[in-house]
Amino acid sequence: MRIALFITCVNDIAFPQTGIAVTRILERLGHTVDFPTAQTCCGQMHANTGYRAEALPMVRNYVDVFDRYDAIVTPSGSCTAMVRDQYPHLHPAAASVAARTYELSELLVDVLGVTDVGAEFAERVTYHPTCHGLRMLRLGDKPLALLRQVRGIQLVELGDAEECCGFGGTFALKNPDVSTAMLTDKCRRVLDSGASVLAAADNSCLAHIGGGLGRGRSGVRVMHYAEILASPGAPA
Amino acid sequence: MSQRATPPHGGGRITAPLPFPTAARPEVADSQLRANLRRATRTIRGKRQRVVDEVPDWAALRDAGAAIKADVQRRLPELLERFEAAATAAGARVHWARDAAEACRVVVELSRAAGATEVVKVKSMATQEIELNEALAESGIAAYETDLAELIVQLGDDTPSHILVPAIHYNRAQIREIFRRRMADAPPELSDEPRELAEAARTHLRRRFLSAKVAVSGANFAVADTGTLVVVESEGNGRMCLTLPQTLISVVGVEKIVPSFADLEVFLQLLPRSSTGERMNPYTSMWTGVTPGDGPQEVHIVLVDNGRSAVLADPVGRQALSCIRCSACLNVCPVYERAGGHAYGSVYPGPIGAILSPQLTGVADNASLPYASTLCGACYDACPVKINIPEVLIHLRQQAPHPAAERATMRGLSWIMRNPRRYAAALRAARLGTGPLGTSRQRRTGARTLRWLPWPGSAWTQSRDAPLPAPQTFREWWEKR
Repeated sequence: MRIALFITCVNDIAFPQTGIAVTRILERLGHTVDFPTAQTCCGQMHANTGYRAEALPMVRNYVDVFDRYDAIVTPSGSCTAMVRDQYPHLHPAAASVAARTYELSELLVDVLGVTDVGAEFAERVTYHPTCHGLRMLRLGDKPLALLRQVRGIQLVELGDAEECCGFGGTFALKNPDVSTAMLTDKCRRVLDSGASVLAAADNSCLAHIGGGLGRGRSGVRVMHYAEILASPGAPA
Repeated sequence: MSQRATPPHGGGRITAPLPFPTAARPEVADSQLRANLRRATRTIRGKRQRVVDEVPDWAALRDAGAAIKADVQRRLPELLERFEAAATAAGARVHWARDAAEACRVVVELSRAAGATEVVKVKSMATQEIELNEALAESGIAAYETDLAELIVQLGDDTPSHILVPAIHYNRAQIREIFRRRMADAPPELSDEPRELAEAARTHLRRRFLSAKVAVSGANFAVADTGTLVVVESEGNGRMCLTLPQTLISVVGVEKIVPSFADLEVFLQLLPRSSTGERMNPYTSMWTGVTPGDGPQEVHIVLVDNGRSAVLADPVGRQALSCIRCSACLNVCPVYERAGGHAYGSVYPGPIGAILSPQLTGVADNASLPYASTLCGACYDACPVKINIPEVLIHLRQQAPHPAAERATMRGLSWIMRNPRRYAAALRAARLGTGPLGTSRQRRTGARTLRWLPWPGSAWTQSRDAPLPAPQTFREWWEKR
């Protein structure tokens, strides 16, 4: 199977360790991963902020770059949801490539049939199901099913887990007060869980929650769950 | 190709006077309001979830509700005429109102003709939308709200902040204070026990029911086949208004039509479970024109457009007209829970308000509301008629007027990101340009964050540390491996 990695713009520039982790997990499972360098951004920020026309060239680029692969894997629930839910309405030939685009846990659990990726991570972890993964992709407990197989991990419940963290893309900038109020409640729940690590399927949401946890000097760090699945030997 | 004129937009209390972020700021900072909202929305959320989970065919019911409403939207003019014919045949008089002002004029004239100096009111969103109480007051007619929560809001000189629970922003101690100050016949030793508060309101209202010549209501449903109106309520005050006065005037949005009586079977299951979290609401009143010698002998129905035809003309946005005003979307919305209903500046707050108000007024007049959401999708999951609120929000954002600086930034980013070479160069430039930032320790470990950014990044760093580009982008790692 020809698997291509769609890294996403946010991960490419700020969270390369997540892409490295996805590559290592899939290679450890015996698959070959390709990274077509002509890829750019999925266009979600433009489309969801009201600039659909400006998003269209990025949509076309995605379809051109990825259409030749059997599966495209993305360590982002939200970018996967953009491709799967919105692309078919934006591009006449996008339906097929959209259906072959998977969030990491979908590829591992549904397509490759794996839940134990041979990881070991001896920390107390709580998991935040990000909104687009939860309510658009319906990931259910696929990421948790993967995390439960990790040796040494102590998974703890997150209260009000299904409530949005207040990020919402440009919402965080346009509505900073409401966004911060939501963030405060999310951070409180994370601290209440007693975890030292907060994991999720979206680094953009994690940058938001992590930015709040960091500002409060909480001592809790955030990690994309792929980095836990790539442990030991995951990049810092 | 001929271009059809867009139907006119609506007026009334549906335009936010302040942008949502500005209006939300003091509300978010109001500790009493936050506590009241947190408590109330959590309670209703829990109740709703329990009674929805126990229905084995809930998914099929939602599909049915959505399908009936979609069908109504496809043939609304025909159904409205059928409703008019049936209601008229049953002895009602049907009036058509293009907008809020016209609807108010009709009600004022009818009330005057009935010789009323006061009217009693059933809780109604449509009359709040058209600002009927204000219009009646200007003509010297006092409108008395009889729903407990609407009464609290009216006595407090306030506006509703929730579709179902208009006084959700008050706790019981605050309600006692309003009653003590503004309800002349409130007992002096009134406590804040819900029973005592309700009893005080009951006594206060009883005299009004008995003396009023005219009642004004809305309607939850209007049945096209039979000309029947339906009001669903919990307190029984509605039943009093609908049966005691001689004249009954019902203000009904044109989207309230359902084709047949049998369609009520679906909605009378969906509505109470989604709104109050009850299996069935205590009072469901239905009336068809005039019944000689029984109840109101003069029955008027004012069918109001007020921008609804404009909403109907938008194939993506028209699903907002499926709304049955249950408030489930408000109760699950994390933004509503923090900002409260007043921040939306319209009688329709929360997620449904964020898609309905801008469509009724035209997006330019409510430009901040489509952005008052994180697109988290909780509203869509809760909606009993499957209105895809995030989809409509995104749709409306395309029409919203965009700030010039934002537009320039977005266009610039799009120009870079549409081209792989420009994009790769920009990533590298961003990494190099921010290279010296962060503490030396952070630069060593690679986990760099900033505690302060200039505008517009300051909107982020006011409460969150900001991530910085990594010392090596992913594509640089890939090329080197």
